[in-house]
Amino acid sequence: MGRIAALTRNPVMIALVASLAIAGCASKKTPNSAADLGLSGAGAATPGSAQDFTVNIGDRIFFDTDSSAIRADAQTTLSRQAQWLNQYKQYAIVVEGHADERGTREYNLALGARRAAATRDFLIAKGVSAQRLKTISYGKERPVAVCDDISCWSQNRRAVTTLGGAGS
Amino acid sequence: MKRFFATLLMIGTVAIGLSGLATLPAKALVEIDVNKGNIEPLPIAITDFQGGDALGAEISGIVSADLKRSGLFAPIDKSAFIEKISNPDASPRFDDWKVINAQALVTGSVGKEADGRIRAQYRLWDTFAGQQLSGEQFFANDANTRRVAHIIADAIYERLTGEKGYFDTRVVFIDESGAKNARKKRLAIMDQDGANVRYLSDGRAIVLTPRFSPNRQEITYMSYESGQPKVYLLQIETGQRELVGNFPGMTFAPRFSPDGQKVIMSLLRDDGNSNIFAMHLRSRATTRLTNSAAIDTSPSYSPDGSKVVFTSDRGGRAQIYVMGADGSGQTRISFGDGVYSTPVWSPRGDLIAFTKQTGGEFQIGVMRTDGSGERILSTGFQQEGPTWAPNGRVLMFFRDSNGGPKLVSVDLTGRNEQPIPTANFASDPAWSPLLE
Repeated sequence: MGRIAALTRNPVMIALVASLAIAGCASKKTPNSAADLGLSGAGAATPGSAQDFTVNIGDRIFFDTDSSAIRADAQTTLSRQAQWLNQYKQYAIVVEGHADERGTREYNLALGARRAAATRDFLIAKGVSAQRLKTISYGKERPVAVCDDISCWSQNRRAVTTLGGAGS
Repeated sequence: MKRFFATLLMIGTVAIGLSGLATLPAKALVEIDVNKGNIEPLPIAITDFQGGDALGAEISGIVSADLKRSGLFAPIDKSAFIEKISNPDASPRFDDWKVINAQALVTGSVGKEADGRIRAQYRLWDTFAGQQLSGEQFFANDANTRRVAHIIADAIYERLTGEKGYFDTRVVFIDESGAKNARKKRLAIMDQDGANVRYLSDGRAIVLTPRFSPNRQEITYMSYESGQPKVYLLQIETGQRELVGNFPGMTFAPRFSPDGQKVIMSLLRDDGNSNIFAMHLRSRATTRLTNSAAIDTSPSYSPDGSKVVFTSDRGGRAQIYVMGADGSGQTRISFGDGVYSTPVWSPRGDLIAFTKQTGGEFQIGVMRTDGSGERILSTGFQQEGPTWAPNGRVLMFFRDSNGGPKLVSVDLTGRNEQPIPTANFASDPAWSPLLE
């Protein structure tokens, strides 16, 4: 609990933790991507690569309980995302909306969809073309953190901006 | 897909009487009043059915387990039995059963017909009144042994409570396996007691929220198989699947109308909110029922089809609302302290079951259809998604504990909670109507 609380106060650290989780997951799905993602070192990512996006920009934002409002810290992340996405226009984008487990299944599907839409709308307002953006809700079906307390729930209430339609 | 509904017609039934005894005037007969608040389970002796070797004991074991799990019956240990039943068609020695306080006694026999079918018959006796209460004979093919036992349990339950039983039913659910952050979810179907599990999907795509059609032949559910989460229709016998409707966004939270002609569900709007639609399955005509800048989901029809109960957060947080089946007169009915969701209308029409989140816990409860008379039946750290037994007396839901979800049933008193055995984790149960 204490460690996680400290992490959430440090956006750089949380981005790093998140990117490791992604790399692990992506490497299972597409073996070739491990090399592409430059697992040898976070700072070594090629500018404009997916690894650059997840590590140096931050591919996810977090929400308060039962809320789809874009928090101040999330606005900072999304503004960085928009700037990057406007620079590297070759990527199609899927925004995934997720919920924590402290809600019922169907409601959380709707809540995840609302979070994905709010994230998409923010990116559009920052100049990202609506044509590049799709959304999908996973409700509470794909948690990244699997403990049964607040530290995990806050990491699961998220929207993840994925490039080229690759899943997280 | 194995054909297991096609065999239903093989079950025939014949009432059997016992000349002389069956015509006694019925007075002071044993019965259970299910409307009483605190029910003392009725002591009942269920003897092994005669003949058929292991089959006889198997059938009486299934009958006994069904009745016991209902919470209304207390089957007596066979080792206490004094009379050894040799002729199940003859009047038993009632004194031998009264002395062990068996208020009701079940005898029966099972055998094979020349054509290979199983013939099973039972007699239900009132030991203190000294008479037969009911007797029936059933024919079934081999594959339906357990069904015959469930049908006999239903007959006993109905004779002694005056209510329809719910044992000859099935449950569709989601079988879950694997790590929590990469769960494999499979559509599955089983008998209400956890037996005869069959898988209806292969686990490659996330599947959620299956629900039975009133005709017991179809399931509507949500699947990620196309990439986009959508509502599908599955024919259980043939395995044939089809997308329900051709909507641009995510469709979810499906349920059938009571006549089986329509599926009602949520459709995601482009602004991120969700509204409720009904689609006629044959004509494909689609009707919008809600149009709010809110989450409107989990719709469930009243059994007469005239109303729909649903969840909405239009008032801030999720609460339960009722509207006409055409979308008219949308009215909030839940006003308790907490967040309400997953409303499901009772098949009797009298109650709405729900999930309520309050004080960091999840509760399963019921309220009257105007929102009054709320009663909490079960409280836990993480549990949700009630489904009604067809007689409206028992709910099944799922509870997450020890690393994953399992199915649990609870009766309307809240006193009789029973685990439903499944090999893996299990969630999203939906109870079938009584089979036919």
